Amino acid sequence: MSAAFDPRRMRAMLAKEFTQIARDPSTLLIAFVLPILLIFLFGYGVNLDTARTSIALSRQDDGEAARSLAGAFQQSRWFDVREVGTIGSLKTALIAGKVRGIVVIPDGFSRAAAAGGGDIQVITDGSMPNSAGFVSGYADGVRATWAAGRAAERGERPRGGPAIDVDNRYWFNPALASRYFLVPGAIAIVMTMIGSLLTALVIAREWERGTMEAIMATPIGMGEFMISKVIPYFVLGIGSMTVCTVLAIGVFGVPLRGSPLALLAIASAFLVPALGLGLLISAATKNQFVASQIALLTAFLPGLLLSGFLFEIGSMPGWVQAITYLVPARYLIPPLETVFVAGDNWRLFLPNIGALLGFGAVFFTLAIRVNRRRIA
Amino acid sequence: MTGNRILAMIVKELWAVLRDPRGRIMLIVPPLLQLILFSAAATLEVKNVTIGVWNRDGGPASVEFINQLAGSRNISRIISITSEDALRSGIDDQKLIAVVIFDERFSRDVAARRPATILAILDGRRSNTAQIVAGYLGTVAANTGASIRPTLVQGGRSIVTNWFNPNLDYLWFIMPSLVVTICSLSALSITVQSVARERELGTFDQLMVSPLRLHEILIGKMTPPFLIGLFNATVYLIVIPLFYGVPFTGSLLLFYLAAAASLLAIIGVGMAVSSIARTQQQAFLGMFLVTVPMTLLSGFAAPVDNMPSWLRLIAELNPQKHFLVVSEGLFLKGMPASAVFAELWPLLPIAAVTLAASTFLFRLRME
Repeated sequence: MSAAFDPRRMRAMLAKEFTQIARDPSTLLIAFVLPILLIFLFGYGVNLDTARTSIALSRQDDGEAARSLAGAFQQSRWFDVREVGTIGSLKTALIAGKVRGIVVIPDGFSRAAAAGGGDIQVITDGSMPNSAGFVSGYADGVRATWAAGRAAERGERPRGGPAIDVDNRYWFNPALASRYFLVPGAIAIVMTMIGSLLTALVIAREWERGTMEAIMATPIGMGEFMISKVIPYFVLGIGSMTVCTVLAIGVFGVPLRGSPLALLAIASAFLVPALGLGLLISAATKNQFVASQIALLTAFLPGLLLSGFLFEIGSMPGWVQAITYLVPARYLIPPLETVFVAGDNWRLFLPNIGALLGFGAVFFTLAIRVNRRRIA
Repeated sequence: MTGNRILAMIVKELWAVLRDPRGRIMLIVPPLLQLILFSAAATLEVKNVTIGVWNRDGGPASVEFINQLAGSRNISRIISITSEDALRSGIDDQKLIAVVIFDERFSRDVAARRPATILAILDGRRSNTAQIVAGYLGTVAANTGASIRPTLVQGGRSIVTNWFNPNLDYLWFIMPSLVVTICSLSALSITVQSVARERELGTFDQLMVSPLRLHEILIGKMTPPFLIGLFNATVYLIVIPLFYGVPFTGSLLLFYLAAAASLLAIIGVGMAVSSIARTQQQAFLGMFLVTVPMTLLSGFAAPVDNMPSWLRLIAELNPQKHFLVVSEGLFLKGMPASAVFAELWPLLPIAAVTLAASTFLFRLRME
């Protein structure tokens, strides 16, 4: 292996790599089929927006007020009242997961309501904390609205009630569609997969089969070698990012408020450390199974869990927050979300792009070192 | 003796998995690492929030509100904002998740018992987080209102009881679902390699010329992932109640029954992928193609109830979905046998189909 750089050799190597990709159905599968699948799954399957929730109703009071409140629950657009009965019988439905909560209108409710009170009991399925919070919050909302309506009918002013109102304005996403952050997050995962996972696998296979030694025996230089390995996967990564973006905009209505150029810059910056990590893993393991597992653990899982995509970094314990600074995806998620939903903001983009390129430099240096040692 | 032959095949397959020291480590370390990572990272709470306050009022009511805000345990910093530009850049640069704005009339409105409104600007890029923060602000507003203007007559209330998980601890949800994911993932990653590896190494033909019959080969190849899946489930079953304090309230026997049934279905899928794949790499990618949707559609990432109805139908065919419902039920809800069986029976036809398909594809490979 020499250090010289020859454009003709470079072109030949690139042609070889591209042909290899084009002939390997599994590469194209992961570069285009899997990203599309992921976008659809995150767009349709992972829906964090609160839908109509199934509940059960136990009315233990026969008074007019109790029946009226039960009617309010039945007509609520937040709830789908699936079952009616005693608490004992409804518990079975709650355990089986058929309903996510039980609203109990207790005996004596109508009398209490006439006196201006009237408590209800809300039992939630705590095994799904998200839905449980939703059920208790919205059940109280249904009750309060009902109580205010009754008071208004009687010409009274509502008792208590909020003295101070908060008017919430959600910038960038007034409809609060969760796909606005889930779909860009899926794009981040796709790029992690292509950059680290696919690259690690393909190059580990070359080591396993011994074709790597064959390349090493040619006069190719380390720089040429690295570039010829990296460029095809870089192109692949940008290609599938583009496919995903078109789907995100066209199918899921996620806006691209920033410029395509900014998106390209952010995606390119992220692919640098992602590819560097892939090269490093393949050179260090030289084994497809181990490489795939390590890529899953060091790129895929942190990208999903520690990037701030699904879980808030600020809410994690201190030592986990410290680890997140070492996860390249952490610097991708904020600019990616911003370029899609908010618009161009280079004050936010540049420091993150800088961090990504810094990680890229570290990974590439390490990969070159490991490769050198392997050959010597 | 067919029994001996199957046993020999199982031993051989177990060796193939456990012989490589790196492979051995890879069977144990990733599941444990995932456990630690998930338990630490997965939280639904939003803590250590920084909020901007633009106080154009300065009266007693706004001061009381800010004091209440500072006292809220999830809000760690309050930053004073005095201009439109500071507001815009604070939100745009993600320094602030929300900015609370009091107009000049706020304290006067409160004093005069007129409806008083606070404007809150929230970062909709992170709509989930923003909604949770909006919830905090609502609570602070209610507390401020109550402390300034205590009401004498108590209106009606909703008394909330959370069954199975009284503090709505998210970890209690995550851990039982993680058992399902890890159990399936570890079994699947071994299954998909089993045929593909032999084909790549060229030992598949040797297997074909051995006196082993088709069902013996298949049983031999499916047993190790089955055992390893159960092994990982067992490790989790011990670690989760012991170290994370998540209760296991149901029957262990039912849990293993559910694990076994869903493992059969999943291994069938894995075997089919392995038979189709020409190389280990294709097998691995094929596994990825199968695992990601299975995990995302299991109810782990988002409730199955929230999915569109056509996707819910597909989720019903997902073995992990059924196992997850049972796992949550047996950990937290003390799920009785009748409910477990009602959830599990679809696993039998699913397993029958996937196992039959994998046998068919394997046979196809042999010819």
